[in-house]
Amino acid sequence: MMRSDVKNDFPIFANWKKKGKPLIYLDSAATTQKPQKVIDALDEYYSRYNANVHRGTYELSQLATDMYEEARTKVARFINAGKSESIVFTRNATESLNLIAYAWGLNNLHKGDEIILSEMEHHSNLVPWHIIARHTGAVLKFIRMSSDYRLDLQSLKDNLGPKTKIVSVVHVSNVLGTINPVKEICRLAHEAGALAMVDGAQSAPHMAVDVRDIDCDFYALSGHKMCGPTGIGALYAKYELLEKMEPFMGGGEMINEVFPTTSNYAKPPYKFEAGTPNIAGAIGLKAAIDYLEKCGMQNIMEHELELGDYAASRLAEVEGIHIFRPRATGTGVLSFTVDSVHPHDISTILDSEGIAIRAGHHCAQPLMRKLQVQSTARASFYLYNDKSDVDALAGALEKGIALFRPRKKANVVE
Amino acid sequence: MSLNDLFTEIILDHYQHPHNHGIIAGATLTSRGFNESCGDDIQISVLVKDGVIADAKFSGAGCSISQASASIMTDLVRGKTVEEARQLAGMFYEMVKGTEGDYGEEMGDAISLQGVSKFPVRVKCATLAWHTLEESFAKTNNGENK
Repeated sequence: MMRSDVKNDFPIFANWKKKGKPLIYLDSAATTQKPQKVIDALDEYYSRYNANVHRGTYELSQLATDMYEEARTKVARFINAGKSESIVFTRNATESLNLIAYAWGLNNLHKGDEIILSEMEHHSNLVPWHIIARHTGAVLKFIRMSSDYRLDLQSLKDNLGPKTKIVSVVHVSNVLGTINPVKEICRLAHEAGALAMVDGAQSAPHMAVDVRDIDCDFYALSGHKMCGPTGIGALYAKYELLEKMEPFMGGGEMINEVFPTTSNYAKPPYKFEAGTPNIAGAIGLKAAIDYLEKCGMQNIMEHELELGDYAASRLAEVEGIHIFRPRATGTGVLSFTVDSVHPHDISTILDSEGIAIRAGHHCAQPLMRKLQVQSTARASFYLYNDKSDVDALAGALEKGIALFRPRKKANVVE
Repeated sequence: MSLNDLFTEIILDHYQHPHNHGIIAGATLTSRGFNESCGDDIQISVLVKDGVIADAKFSGAGCSISQASASIMTDLVRGKTVEEARQLAGMFYEMVKGTEGDYGEEMGDAISLQGVSKFPVRVKCATLAWHTLEESFAKTNNGENK
């Protein structure tokens, strides 16, 4: 059971008032609110032990380095990475995915090689591969989505072959909330001799993740979607793969020796962290993980699933609604459309009641086309939401769409 | 800042019963406007003869504000010169930005979009059709085939 006073941990709920109405924040799949503990961690770093990491020769810098490296260890334990050197700090999941596409893809893919993605990918797991495919001549293939919004593993099996070099799929869809069977997908990829990457932007915040049980080669996460600061994310990679990979970006911190025309590199993960990293962000991410672990990942997942199910049943009563959510293996993400009211108008209607949802294509345009919609409205829940938020959503939706009831054509002479 | 300021009767009427919906066969220009953030997608086709807009139509899909604005705009610019249409566009941008002024006479039904100024996130919905029209003027010889 989730504590009923979780909202009190997040100062924004006391500070943001729209026309006196409380904030009902249902856009956590876009970014989450931040608990006071995370805000305090950032403040403490900057006010008490701010210094650069890995190069200072004085105590203050050693302290900052220790805190930064503790954050790496924390992330590693959180997803059961085994060793903290398997964790590379990045800006976000997008950068983690790009890192693999560029540092691994550019050097390992050749003309005719095949990359398998799925029909429910976020643009961050599509566009980097478009770029790499253009550079290398590799070919993109897609795991089909069933009418129940789940991946059809038979189509993965049909696509896998000797030319498959990597399979990269989203763990939890940011639009549908579908939890994909990534362990099985990774097993199938490995059987075919391919590598497997998992986009965990929407799984790491919401469930216990064990990357070694999944047996993925690469896993990407974003800090800001799990109560952490913006601008910090992580890449997990099997260490031997990191050792073999070329760097992503060059600069300070990632080198061993530099000469006028050549250089050699530091060991992973430092090889992939050029320049001064987001030290405060990493420390804030550690505070966020501490907070989430205290709440309990199993607790969080059950709480969100309960809210997702409740919202699906509550919204099903709304006239003209279409809900895009699998019957099973869903989460606290709920995309929907309403006949005769555009998602952007739904968002404005809800906003006037202090309810924040997302309307648009959710950075998943190919999925929108597959669903045969231009855009959807999306409510996404997190640990600080409760059933009263769902009731407010349903109530405001009913009230607002009444405005849009079809009316007779005006200016008609009676 | 009530919802009724935004979703006025006139806007909802244009949204549910749009004027000038379609594509002009033999248009002197067609152009497409797209709001990346929300997916609104509008095609405008215009027939310009001797510098005067003889016909204007729109197609595509989007929210009530973008669709109503396109419906109203295509009504407004018909019979106007390209230069007059440009001036209307300029006036429309000022109006939805919330600039004080007397917009009544020339704006016609577009005056019903004045409430958009109180909803800053919706301004780009209201201006999509106008920007699309203006950009197409700029790209072509003022709407006429060279």
